[in-house]
Amino acid sequence: MQTVPAPREITTEPRRSDKVFRRVVTAGGLSSLGILGLITVFLGYRGSGIIFEQGFSFITSADWTVSYDESGEVVESSFGLAAMLVGTILSALVAVVVAVPVSVAMALFLNFYSPPSLRKFLIAIIDLMAAFPSLLFGLWGFLVLMPSVEYWAKLLNKYLGFIPIFDVDVYIFTRSPFIAGVVLAIMIIPIITSVSREVFSQTPLDRIQAAFALGATRWSMIKAVVIPYGRSGVIGGAMLGLGRAMGETVAVYTVLNIVFQVNWQILLGAGGNVASLIILRFGEANLYEIDALMAAGLALFMLTLLVNGLADFIVKRTGKSGR
Amino acid sequence: MSSLSDVANAKAPRTGPNRALGTGLEARGVHAWFTKHHALADVSLDFAPGSVTALIGPSGCGKSTFIRTLNRMHEFIPGAAMAGEVLLDGKDVYAPGIDVTKIRLQIGMVFQKPNPFPSMTIGENVLSGLKLAQLKTENKDDLMEECLERAGLWKEVKDRLGAHGGSLSGGQQQRLCIARALAVSPQVLLMDEPCSALDPGSTLRIEETIRQLSETMTIVIVTHNMQQAARVSDYTAFFLSDGGPGQMVEYAPTTEIFSRPKDKRTEDYVTGRFG
Repeated sequence: MQTVPAPREITTEPRRSDKVFRRVVTAGGLSSLGILGLITVFLGYRGSGIIFEQGFSFITSADWTVSYDESGEVVESSFGLAAMLVGTILSALVAVVVAVPVSVAMALFLNFYSPPSLRKFLIAIIDLMAAFPSLLFGLWGFLVLMPSVEYWAKLLNKYLGFIPIFDVDVYIFTRSPFIAGVVLAIMIIPIITSVSREVFSQTPLDRIQAAFALGATRWSMIKAVVIPYGRSGVIGGAMLGLGRAMGETVAVYTVLNIVFQVNWQILLGAGGNVASLIILRFGEANLYEIDALMAAGLALFMLTLLVNGLADFIVKRTGKSGR
Repeated sequence: MSSLSDVANAKAPRTGPNRALGTGLEARGVHAWFTKHHALADVSLDFAPGSVTALIGPSGCGKSTFIRTLNRMHEFIPGAAMAGEVLLDGKDVYAPGIDVTKIRLQIGMVFQKPNPFPSMTIGENVLSGLKLAQLKTENKDDLMEECLERAGLWKEVKDRLGAHGGSLSGGQQQRLCIARALAVSPQVLLMDEPCSALDPGSTLRIEETIRQLSETMTIVIVTHNMQQAARVSDYTAFFLSDGGPGQMVEYAPTTEIFSRPKDKRTEDYVTGRFG
């Protein structure tokens, strides 16, 4: 009877240069995790006291007040983020809803319709737009965009006012979450366009040709082949944009009226934004309130994680693979 | 050599062109360029309705380029140009103002690599041409079954029409692509090395399919496999490039190409002296 040998352990000894290189890239790979982890720990360390003190009302109450006596001691304080969190979500959602169709159209144009010379030029412009300082978007939004968006907002309210989010209690249309969302949309269009363009351009040529060989028009080819293929990439780009929209501070601060009251009416000039709140209060806050702002930062971070996780989940659940 | 001509003779004989299938497809003085590169020179070929024509020749001889000028797929390559005429039922498919999507509905194509749409189910793949060309049909289920039947795939997939196209084997995927091409009822079917990525069993199935399909349509097939050309085709065209643009060296009934080729270069190629 033949004896079966014991399986050997298969090993390989990497060269010294490979070992060094491996350490370098591992360090690079783990550094992002390290940095994010340290920030989370810091925010948690500074903010946890306030969160425990406020309990659940930290995210359910909309009241944010601190009062001091003459010696600077805190007499009374209440920290509630509900209005800011709702406002952050609303303006970010407006931004994504406005930006995604524009970006997808732009990406499709660049890949499938534009003449090559124009394509290069437009790509350069879009890259430039991504690097544009957000404060300038904010100022431009405040001085130039706001009057026209106000007009669109009135139209929306007039014809779609029966839908609760387009309704307003008071006729104030300036500095609304809607306007903030439109400014944010302009800021996130470049990133969503770049990601979408990249993924659309990788659509396998044989599938595109298969569609054309079946008598497809350009548009029907795009619907049947390019969009299913690029769908997950577009959603990934939209997530990046959403993350940026939720964390944006300066541009929003310039165009949004920050009000400590939960407001679901996106056209009404009363909104909130966690990042803008931090900027608004940071200058005059004492150490105690700064802890509260750190807690707000932690809440914003968690919200971003939650929204991304949720979106990822939805994509995976509904995903019909186009790959 | 005799074996190939035996193979070519073993097919059921044809009763001449089937004029009920239109007057057919004709190429007149076709040239093709890729930017400056002159890839194909002066090819004239008349494809008889209801026949199978094989295009053979070594790599780079322009046969794939030629087949792609026939349904205007050539122009998708940037810098591509052509000269000459391609007539379908007597009308030039390159005439100004012609709707190229209609041309591609009448001249279907099957590619070298099976390319079903992975986001669609098997059934949706078969009917995808209707959707892409915005055509209406009375009875989708019947059409789906008929096309899969003609492509020789119905028995294998009838219980899983809702599965994705990518779940099939390579040979099945290629037959799915044939079924997809049939659904828009083309007059002509172009096949660009349809079996080169497939195993011998699948190849045989597809060759059977081609013989059956040729009763109702004109088929042009590019192949590297001379056995295949001998097995499936009624006519064979031999293409060759002598360093310059590819040319058609000889065109004749398949039995003659493989038994008594007129040109020395054809003889060398079909007897395996080069290529």
